[in-house]
Amino acid sequence: MKKLNLPLTKEDILSLHAGDPVLLSGVILTARDCAHRRIFECLDRGEKLPFDIEGATIYYAGPCPAKPGMASGSCGPTTSARMNVFAPRLYDLGLNSAIGKGEMSEEVKSALVKNRCCYFAAVGGAGALYGKAIKKSECIAFPDLLSEAVYRLEVVDFPVVVAMDAYGNSIYKNGK
Amino acid sequence: MRIIDTKQIEELVYSLALKAGVKMTEPCAAALKKACDIEEGAAKFALETILENKDVAFKEKMPVCQDTGMAVVIMEIGQDVHFVGELLSDAINEGVRRAYKDGYFRKSVCDPITRVNTGDNTPAAIHTEIVGGDKVRITFLPKGFGSENMSAHYMLTPSQGVEGIIDSIVETVRKAGSRPCPPVYVGVGIGGNFDTSAFLAKKALLKDVGYENEREDIRKIEREALKRINELGIGAQGFGGKVTALGVSCEVAPTHIAGLPVAVNIQCHCIRCEKGEI
Repeated sequence: MKKLNLPLTKEDILSLHAGDPVLLSGVILTARDCAHRRIFECLDRGEKLPFDIEGATIYYAGPCPAKPGMASGSCGPTTSARMNVFAPRLYDLGLNSAIGKGEMSEEVKSALVKNRCCYFAAVGGAGALYGKAIKKSECIAFPDLLSEAVYRLEVVDFPVVVAMDAYGNSIYKNGK
Repeated sequence: MRIIDTKQIEELVYSLALKAGVKMTEPCAAALKKACDIEEGAAKFALETILENKDVAFKEKMPVCQDTGMAVVIMEIGQDVHFVGELLSDAINEGVRRAYKDGYFRKSVCDPITRVNTGDNTPAAIHTEIVGGDKVRITFLPKGFGSENMSAHYMLTPSQGVEGIIDSIVETVRKAGSRPCPPVYVGVGIGGNFDTSAFLAKKALLKDVGYENEREDIRKIEREALKRINELGIGAQGFGGKVTALGVSCEVAPTHIAGLPVAVNIQCHCIRCEKGEI
């Protein structure tokens, strides 16, 4: 399986095609519904974000608490479609890629192509395996949101599939 | 009359919740293994990952999915039981509160408007039914919302009949697409009224994968809906494949002459459900 280190370069992203399995290693940032709303409030007020979005990879996820001696609890992906309303603007601001589960919208697809970015699918429901691939976890923004806060995760060999690539291709079958 | 202290209910809810969070049911695991054997490509990769995860979670007592759900507690209470001690609902919620803390489960319950988390995964969704006898049976279902969000409710007309019921089931799964973590399990409530049909759908999810309704006409609906769902080609995680649903389970109740309520409750591939009795 192809292995890539984060942050991804544009060359890395352009080498990926929908359906490719990839093992990611490096830093990813969690954010789901409430964190995205806070990020947008910061942007709308013209404030600096509490982390650097340029080149970042966002993971649509909210972990379980870590057991003693572990870096993270179970931490699989949440449904990405709820972030359809947020993702295009973040890609325009320099976000490189996102990880989640399930198909995203046509608007997200256009933003991926325009900004040469990609969207990865982690396997939904595989929370324990993903939790074990996290070697370090630190809350870096909005701690009052508990599991919905932004966590900086260091991951090793995080298994994902390229779901929507920089060329407008998608792995998803719509059942039509 | 049998006297039961609600402390015993709290303890049972606590132990069922702790078990349910880390364990996929056996019939569900067997159905996923069968699906894995016949799929290819990305769908096979997803199913292999899911099966490996199930084993790791159980061995390490980690939540099998980080969405440890809203706690659904379904109680069948024998009418000869008399409860003493704390209020029944308080005892149940205390069991949930302790289990979600001690199990390192995610607390996923919040105010619907402010979105402020209640911090302990309470309140649980509690359903009580009075039955004969002097026992209390409790079913604990941690229900994730990736799949719950994709559920739907239809108030069909009588003339839409069986065809309308099957179309509603298939359409719900088609529209859900990749989002509810397919292959899904589909609980369907047919009949009753607006509220009871939804609960029938939830109860249909308590039947093990592979179960078929005792009524032949209902079995036909289950089989036809499953066949059509699997023809959609959505596959595991929406990656495309032959298995989009593990099963369709229906519960039926008499309804009004003017109506045909159909509730479709979607369950993700990771069925977690524990049962106990006092």
